[in-house]
Amino acid sequence: MSSVNELYQQLILDHNKNPRNCRHMDHPTKIAEGYNPLCGDHFTVFLEMDGDTIKDVSFQGAGCAISKASASMMTTAVKGVKKAEAEDLFQKFHTLVTRGMKSAVEDDIEELGCLGALAGVSEFPARIKCASLAWHALHGALASEDSKVVTTEE
Amino acid sequence: MRSASTDKEAQGGTGHTLDVEALRADFPILHQRVHGKPLVYFDNAATTQKPQAVIDTLVKYYREQNANIHRGVHYLSELATYEYEKTRGKIKLFLNAADTREIIFVRGTTEGINLVKDSFGRKFIGAGDEIVISAMEHHSNIVPWQLLCEEKGCILRVVPINDRGELDVEAYEALVNEKTKLVSMVYISNSLGTINPIKRIIAFAHARGVPVLVDGAQATSHLTVDVRNLDCDFFVMSGHKVFGPTGIGVLYGKMHLLESMPPYQAGGDMIRSVTFEKTTFNELPYKFEAGTPNVADVIALGTALDYVQKVGLSAIGDHENNLLRYATKKIGSLEGVRLIGTAAEKASVLSFVLDTVHAHDVGTILDQEGVAIRTGHHCTQPVMARFGVPATARASFAFYNTIAEIDVLTEGIKKVQEVFQA
Repeated sequence: MSSVNELYQQLILDHNKNPRNCRHMDHPTKIAEGYNPLCGDHFTVFLEMDGDTIKDVSFQGAGCAISKASASMMTTAVKGVKKAEAEDLFQKFHTLVTRGMKSAVEDDIEELGCLGALAGVSEFPARIKCASLAWHALHGALASEDSKVVTTEE
Repeated sequence: MRSASTDKEAQGGTGHTLDVEALRADFPILHQRVHGKPLVYFDNAATTQKPQAVIDTLVKYYREQNANIHRGVHYLSELATYEYEKTRGKIKLFLNAADTREIIFVRGTTEGINLVKDSFGRKFIGAGDEIVISAMEHHSNIVPWQLLCEEKGCILRVVPINDRGELDVEAYEALVNEKTKLVSMVYISNSLGTINPIKRIIAFAHARGVPVLVDGAQATSHLTVDVRNLDCDFFVMSGHKVFGPTGIGVLYGKMHLLESMPPYQAGGDMIRSVTFEKTTFNELPYKFEAGTPNVADVIALGTALDYVQKVGLSAIGDHENNLLRYATKKIGSLEGVRLIGTAAEKASVLSFVLDTVHAHDVGTILDQEGVAIRTGHHCTQPVMARFGVPATARASFAFYNTIAEIDVLTEGIKKVQEVFQA
């Protein structure tokens, strides 16, 4: 497979075209904005927490296929999971997109599930920030004390 | 080349036709493969490539001429000073300035604008005064003035642009009034390619006693600039946009204005005498050149301007116009592609968006085809907002580009569409 096809896999193109959980949330517990000032990609991540659990998650915004698909896939991956698990998943995902599939241990690949489709990003250093933008926003939202808007510029 | 088309299709302009293949041989960087494909360099509005002569000048300077200037009595210092000042003379001729003392070396267009803002702006623009810019300015001709407005309480007025990306000249004429203290306007838009009717803009401002700064970053590589004919008060340019090195640029200012302005930075070379009680400043242009300047890049910029003039800006303009016309037709007629910036007067910049694909994805896939374009907001976020797009893909052509390369770009865009249709 060429590196372009590796990057733009069917699953990613599908999430780009039909993003999941792409909606405004009326009463979120936490909100964070992810903004990349270099390219203008901009996403808002909404969280509804039930104690330590992410009861619901959604996002809105505009960006390239990689950033939008990654945001969409992230919401499907973290809905219903505990805060600590989501943070752990972020770390594993970050390793995957910065260092590629080869760097990930087998257990992590299993845990990452469909997020593994974004491993191809590691071959495109300029696009790593696209893939991690929504995750940084999620991280910012989870770390915030209240529903104040957190801006992250990664 | 991977196309049946030839550069004959690009011919038909006036003046002599460029021997593009021969000129390409002067640019070593162009002859490489990127991701296994021949490099197609279409990011010239961001920075241009350097001919061997410029590279040789830099090497020669550091191998044979390097010394600090305006100070030493030794051979090398005199040689370096001579080469540095000789270049100031070349730039005076290139811009057709009246006097070498009107040529100030700065790091680039951005620093040139900041110099005018800090020195001229702080002295002559105050609370309630107005500065007029356009909606197509680069951030570097917006943000300095915003800082000045914050500091001084002056007001920034913005001339709108139409759907083709042309300046609304009537709106401009309505905006200039007795409160206007400066018009600061781009000559050629970096994101749209629009060539502004800068001479008319200047004449109108002057009739109301308002000085005009021209952001010439994109102009110098495409057309002949004559600051006396334009009658602009300030003109700023970057060396790296005109086949010279990065980190060097020029501020041209009319003598009486530069003389009325306080120093911008303080340090060595810009002083006449220093005591702890009183310091007197050096004469022009040294008043504005504090510290050891970028000697090597100044001299190499001179070589770049020699090169451009040898090729001929008129022939360059003809060739680029043909490239632009061909690319506009080819890419503009692709389904699902919208051109952003379709001014009647345009330089060889082609900004476009795809209906269903974000510019960054376009850029990544084209890069895999060896095609280097710029994607993003091009440091003109207000332009993106004006056209309701988050970003554009921008192909910008120089004289060393060919029709065959535009065919490669066109095929690349089709490939992008294929990937996203799958």
